[in-house]
Amino acid sequence: MSVSVSRLLLGLQADGRPVDIGQHLHLHGPLPARLERRSLLDAVERSELRGRGGAGFPTAQKLRAVAGSRGRKVVLANGIEGEPPSGKDKVLLRYVPHLVLDGIEVAAQAVGADQAILAVSQAAGELVVLQDALRDRGRPGRVEIRVAAVPHSFVAGEETALINAVGGGPPRPTATPPRPFERGIEGRPTLVQNVETLAQLALITRRGPAWFRQIGTRDEPGTTLVTLSGAVRLPGVYEVPLGTPLADLVAEAGGATQPPRGLLVGGYFGTWLDAQTALTCELSEASLGAAGAFLGARAIVVLPAGSCALAELARVSRFLADESAGQCGPCVHGLDAIADAMASLLRAERFDGELRIRRWLDQVEGRGGCRHPDGAARFIRSALDVFADEVALHTRGERCSGRDLHLLPVQRRQERTAA
Amino acid sequence: VSSQLRVNPIACDGHGLCAELFPERVTLDDWGYPIVDSAPIPRPLQQHARRAIDACPVLALRLEQLARRD
Repeated sequence: MSVSVSRLLLGLQADGRPVDIGQHLHLHGPLPARLERRSLLDAVERSELRGRGGAGFPTAQKLRAVAGSRGRKVVLANGIEGEPPSGKDKVLLRYVPHLVLDGIEVAAQAVGADQAILAVSQAAGELVVLQDALRDRGRPGRVEIRVAAVPHSFVAGEETALINAVGGGPPRPTATPPRPFERGIEGRPTLVQNVETLAQLALITRRGPAWFRQIGTRDEPGTTLVTLSGAVRLPGVYEVPLGTPLADLVAEAGGATQPPRGLLVGGYFGTWLDAQTALTCELSEASLGAAGAFLGARAIVVLPAGSCALAELARVSRFLADESAGQCGPCVHGLDAIADAMASLLRAERFDGELRIRRWLDQVEGRGGCRHPDGAARFIRSALDVFADEVALHTRGERCSGRDLHLLPVQRRQERTAA
Repeated sequence: VSSQLRVNPIACDGHGLCAELFPERVTLDDWGYPIVDSAPIPRPLQQHARRAIDACPVLALRLEQLARRD
């Protein structure tokens, strides 16, 4: 039985072309002509929609915080998706751009903004689709929407870094408070919202909170996009109700190509779970939380038996160290030292590699201006636990027989102009 | 009202003076950056905290008032 649901991904074209404005209106109908702020906020509140970007913050609460701030408000739609194993936001932007643009209009109305910026990565190539979509919408809507392409980097999706990047500065996080809802773009109250959250908002506005809550779990209603990759037959982006068993999602993707060994849940700030634990979990914060994981970026990678986990981990550790924004000492030096130690553990060079890594994980966690070191530490620490047998083998100076399958992608960031 | 010492990790350059002046709450990590204990600072130690804050060349330290929990 299929677990996939088509709400956001309704009408996806087999030929890979984006759903155009005509098809979009045919599938979803127009947005209500009048969007009254109070009823919008009430609908979002009753839907219990939570952010789909990673932190899972209640959307109504965020909207109200911006709406209640003083000054001219602005909406910043976050379509950066710097997570290499994640593709869900790119799928939305590329194939159903009008749903995202509708969501931006709705969010702007809900917080009282007359301006919005849709930020995407320069590397991603959605720019043309989005500009065509904006043009096809004809009349400037209730809000002026501009698309901004920022240089690709992992940390650019962090909300304060993104605010700096769209302002033309380097994509570096700033110290909070003030939070973006108080002072963001040009010092104005800024609603930073993931593009999937906005697309969900566009649907809730049309069909209402009761419809939204018809699927999903009682505490975590609705659907979510998930990017599933690794050792599955049909890797890709799936839309499923929250609460879907992870095993069903893997089955939906044609099943595993080899017996799974461990699953990474939540992307590169996420958590490794052993296959048995992961495949008894559901895709919800409640179920994953009980196993010590969380949905995070909703990217899931299946690592199969016969693969060398340490090779994958060493590569991603180096990537995460290199993707530090370079501002905070513990993150800069700590992640670098950890990545080096991981590489030396991979080569089975030292007996104390794991001890040193664990010491440094303790030293980087919670000590950055943003959550980058915390996320990286979570990823690496959970990997050491789940792949303890392989770590022990390398610690004894032996090498595992696994092959490096390159299932965890890394991307080089674009050259930045010197700050 | 009690207070705790906080470091702005973005501003901090790891000069390390704070750890010398206020060892009761500040130690250094393996790279020389301060690990700040967020425990409330009792009155007799407030002077030390002040000295550490004033000595920081990049003004990365501050005292944060802790809300009283009744």
